[in-house]
Parts: sequence; structure tokens; C-alpha cells
Amino acid sequence: MTVNTGDVSVYKKTKQMSDLIYKYMRPEHLPQIWCPGCGNGIIMRDVAQAIENLNLGRSRTVIVSGIGCSSRAAGYMDFNTIHTTHGRAIAFATGIKLANPELEVIVIAGDGDISAIGGNHLIHAARRNIGLTVVVMNNNIYGMTGGQYSPTTPTGDFGTTAPYGNMDRSFDIAGLAYGAGASYAARGSAYHVQQTIQLIQDGIRNKGFSIIDVASVCPTYYGRKNKKGSAVEMLKWQRDNAVTVEQAAKLEPEELRGKLVIGLLHHTQYPEFTYQYSELIRKLAEEREANE
Amino acid sequence: MGKVVLMQGNEACVEGAIAAGMRLFAGYPITPSTEIAERCAVRLPQEGGKFIQMEDELASIACAIGGSVAGVKSMTATSGPGFSLKQENLGYACLAEIPLVVVDVQRMGPSTGMPTSPSQGDVMMARWGTHGDHPIIAISPSTVKEAYGLTIRAFNLSEKYRTPVIFLMDEIIGHLREGMEFPDPEDIKIVNRPTVEFPEPKRKPYHMRNKQTVPAFAPFGKGQRYNITGLIHDESGFPTNSPEEAEKLMNRLMHKISDNYEDIVECQQFGMEDAEVAILCYGGTLRAAQTAMEEARKQGVRCGIFRPITIWPFPERELKAAAGKLKKIVVAEHNYGQIVLEAERIVKGQCDVEFVGRWNGTVLTPQDILAKVVESK
Repeated sequence: MTVNTGDVSVYKKTKQMSDLIYKYMRPEHLPQIWCPGCGNGIIMRDVAQAIENLNLGRSRTVIVSGIGCSSRAAGYMDFNTIHTTHGRAIAFATGIKLANPELEVIVIAGDGDISAIGGNHLIHAARRNIGLTVVVMNNNIYGMTGGQYSPTTPTGDFGTTAPYGNMDRSFDIAGLAYGAGASYAARGSAYHVQQTIQLIQDGIRNKGFSIIDVASVCPTYYGRKNKKGSAVEMLKWQRDNAVTVEQAAKLEPEELRGKLVIGLLHHTQYPEFTYQYSELIRKLAEEREANE
Repeated sequence: MGKVVLMQGNEACVEGAIAAGMRLFAGYPITPSTEIAERCAVRLPQEGGKFIQMEDELASIACAIGGSVAGVKSMTATSGPGFSLKQENLGYACLAEIPLVVVDVQRMGPSTGMPTSPSQGDVMMARWGTHGDHPIIAISPSTVKEAYGLTIRAFNLSEKYRTPVIFLMDEIIGHLREGMEFPDPEDIKIVNRPTVEFPEPKRKPYHMRNKQTVPAFAPFGKGQRYNITGLIHDESGFPTNSPEEAEKLMNRLMHKISDNYEDIVECQQFGMEDAEVAILCYGGTLRAAQTAMEEARKQGVRCGIFRPITIWPFPERELKAAAGKLKKIVVAEHNYGQIVLEAERIVKGQCDVEFVGRWNGTVLTPQDILAKVVESK
């Protein structure tokens, strides 16, 4: 693990370094604590690039995170950032969005964070169709605590709490949110940078609840426990096993086994919660004026 | 004189909150606090505010904290089982210094207990429920009128000290209906949190200028970008593992409450000038105590009442001063003995401390209290 020495001179602008770091990150808090080869840094950059492409503006954008490896993203990003409690990021974000619907509220979460301890908040925010964008750094493991199996660890895979193999079936987080009523659900991967940026952008643009479940890689715990090889090999696996939603539609379930289906899974128009609430306030005020 | 209306404690609490400026309420149905959510659902959109029924108690306090972070005065309400669930994020609000009012209309526990029956079994949970050392303010009303006025005070203290305030009602006051006269709005004092109006890029969000009680608050979206965390942090708002910084933060959080004892702590004393016996009670127990006091005096026992309005911090200076002149303090509360422990700690043997309680879902009668007051050893 790298230690933050507070020395920002190592981040002197070079041609190799992304302009996004200077525009959207807090260099004094880098380097980040994620392990070498972790996919989370790529996904954090995807979020920043999507914000840049949409020109959202730093001051009206809020990044909300929970607890776990993913949650550290909030501290590195130069927006209004709040690092909340385990699983509750969506509930905090709901309050922020409700109090000020003008804000762009983006939740960055992990798989355990959002679908185990925070699963209830996920499905109900999706059902409510409140205008939040949730980006999941899905690494199939609890990394911060040292490699316990999570709700997205595939059946049979190993974790420190699944020493004989995981007996549970795994969640499809994007599918779960879609089933619960999310108006936008998509899946990206750490390898598929351009596609993932586009999916995040479209999710932010969607007026309603959006989820982008992004397959991360955790070479330190999930990879090591399951003999998946180096970070590069894990990313290559994503490259070689990804199929688009369109391709997947033509494949049999048997052919899809072990594949990573990426792309837009679902998008529909449905009234957004805070918009509906503002309309209610307006209607009541009009009625009161008419009666006075 | 204003119009007098018949109103329930729970309803008066909502009206007080709205008068204080509350414009976001996030809740979850639970007896005996449900009327608070119901009235907020009707009243808040009329006032341009927002009501949301969240999926659970954890989410409703988290949502209220989120609202406050965006600069809107926020509240949540619950009862015992829900109060247990709120403890996690109550600690978050203490550490991150987010103003918030949490109403707990106490019912008999533990667990699901007796949902519609009165109790004061959550007073120690209000003090120590969330993990770790933390400061807390808890206020307990004894009348419907106080449910209104003290809710305003709860918001004012929460804003002034950037801390969650627990409005510790009990079922007796929550469901009690009595005549309520609204004060003239001009007579209501409203306190708003010290706020950063314009972005100051180099400002550290938890830095205090001279003479500030708490760091000024920057609502999300107003241009001052910064980080909020539930980790121990330094003035910059970012996590730190420095023992010095950790101790500095913990001391500041504790001292912002303890150093302002006079401003925060309130208690009432009745007939204490000549009292030899005092009844120590709070919340819904006060009425029975008042009748017991009158009856005791008729029987020739010089009885008084010591009533904390602020339960936490406990009015310990006042109780310590009173105890020296007393033979006995009778602590009357609807539990198995909680505040009695606090009284014993404060009194330190200056006089006897006795206890009369109820833990079967019924209310203490004046006769129960009187018997203890007039009892001689």
C-alpha cells in the first residue's frame, strides 16, 4: 500500500498524465490507496471523463460513497464529496437530491456495499426513480477487509470466508436494479473504458435512477484467491469474454455462461421523484392562491 | 391571546419543527411516533418542504443527514426499535457535525416490547446508543405546548452547535391531546447554523476562527467544495490517523457541548426552596409527580420537584446544589431505573436517592410516587 506523503511534486504535469487529474482530482490526496493493478482507479477516471464530457461543473456535482475500497474515490475527487456509512450512500444521496434537485448526485459504491448491506436502499431508490446515478465498482469480493466473498462472488469461487468454495449464487446488480424499477441500467468493465464512459454519461443524462454496474478487477484478493493471474491477465479476461447486449441476444444461455454482458441493458422514461414532488408543491401553492 | 387548538404532542412537535424552519422530513412508520410522519406528509409540501417515506429507519436518518448537508433543516422520527436502528448514523452526524433533529417517542421495550405502551426506557440509549464516545443533546417535553416550543429549541441547539439533537418524547406526551396556543411568530427565536455564504477556496471546512463555537457550515452546491467523512478527520475534512489530530477533534466535539452548559442545559424546580424531599422526574412523569407533591405537602412533608428539561447533558450542577439541602430524592421514571443511576452519581451520598418506576406498560400514579415520598426508613 502506498503512503500519502503529501508531496504533490510527483504529480507535475506530464504528457502522460491525464488533464482530468488536475481538473477533477485532489492531487494532494493522491496517490490513492488502491492496490497496484486495482480496476477502481480506471473506473474513477471513467466517472471524471463522463463529467468532463457533459460539462457538469464541479460545484454542482456531488459524489457520495459508502464504505469499502470503492468509497475512497470520494476523497480523491474535487467535487462536493461525502464518504458515508457502509451501504447507506444511496440513502444519504436521496436526502441531498431531495433537498436540492438542481445538484447532480453520483453515488460510487462497491458490490458488497450496494447489494448486501445496502441492498434495500438500492431497490427502493430504483423503485422511486429518484435522479441519482450509481456507479458500482464491482470487484466480486470484500477487498478492504481482506477478501471475503461478496454477493457477486461467482458460485464455487473462493474467498477467505469461503475456504471450500462459495455456495451462494451471485447477484446481477444491474439486473436487480432494473427489476426494482430503475429507469436506466447498464454494465461496463474496467477494460472497456470508452464504452463505460459513454454508459456513465448516458446514465447521468437520464432523468431518473440510473445504475452502471462496472466490472472491476481485484488482483490482490479475488484474483489471488481464485488463481486469475495478474491484473493484466484479469483485464485481458474482460476483453476476451465480454459480449455486447446485442450479441448476447443472439446467444443461447449455455453459450452465455461465463461471459460478461456489457452495454445498455435497459432504458425507459418514467417520472423522476424530485420532479414529481416539486410539481406537488407547485400545485398546492396554486390551489392555496386560488382559495385566497 | 392566540387561538387555542386541541392538539396531540406528536402533532405539536411537527408544527414546532416547521416553525423552526424544518423543510425535509424522512421517516418510517412506527407506533407511537407515526402521527409525526403523517402530519409531515400533509404539512411539508404546503410549506414548500419535502416529506419522504424511506424504506427503513437506517435510510430515513441517512436521508435527513443528506438533506442537512445540502443546507435544509431536516428531521426524522421514530420509536424504540427504530431508534436502535438509527444509532449508526446518529454517530455519523455527531462526528461529521451535521445539524439534525431525531425524535424518539419512547415505547416499552426491549425489542418489539409493548408498542402502544408508555415508557422512558430509552434515556440511556439516547446518551450512549451509538458506538464510541460522542457528545449528545437530548430534550424531553412534559406538555403538548412544550412539544411545540422545545422542538424549536431542539432545532436551534442543533444548528448552533452543529450536532444532532434527540427530542426524547414518551408515548404519554406523544399521544396526549390538550389545548395548545401557538405563540406569535414574531416571538419565536430561530437560530440558523453559521454558514459559508461564498466559496473560499483555501478554507479548511472544519477550521474555527476566533470566537467561533463551531466551524461555519458550507451547504453542498453553494460553491465551497470539500469532503465530509465519518472517519476521524483533521480541519481539512480528510481522514487522519494522527493521534494528536484524533484527540484534538474528540476534545473539540466534547467541549463544544460541555463548555456551553449554561446555554444548553435547562431544568425546572418546583417548591424546592424549602423542600426536604425532591421528586426527580422528566417528560410524561411530571404530571403524576405534581399531584404527588401537592398531596405530600398536605400531609406535612415539604416536597419539591426537580425536573430536567435537557436530559443530556444532565443538569448536574443544579442537582448537586439542591442535594445538599435535601434528606431524600425520589427518582420517578417509567423504566427499571436509568436516570436514578445518574442521580446517584451526581448526589454522591449527600442525601438518600430512592427509586420508583414502572416497567409493565402502565403509567406511574401519584399514589405510587407519594408512597415513596412520605415513606420513612
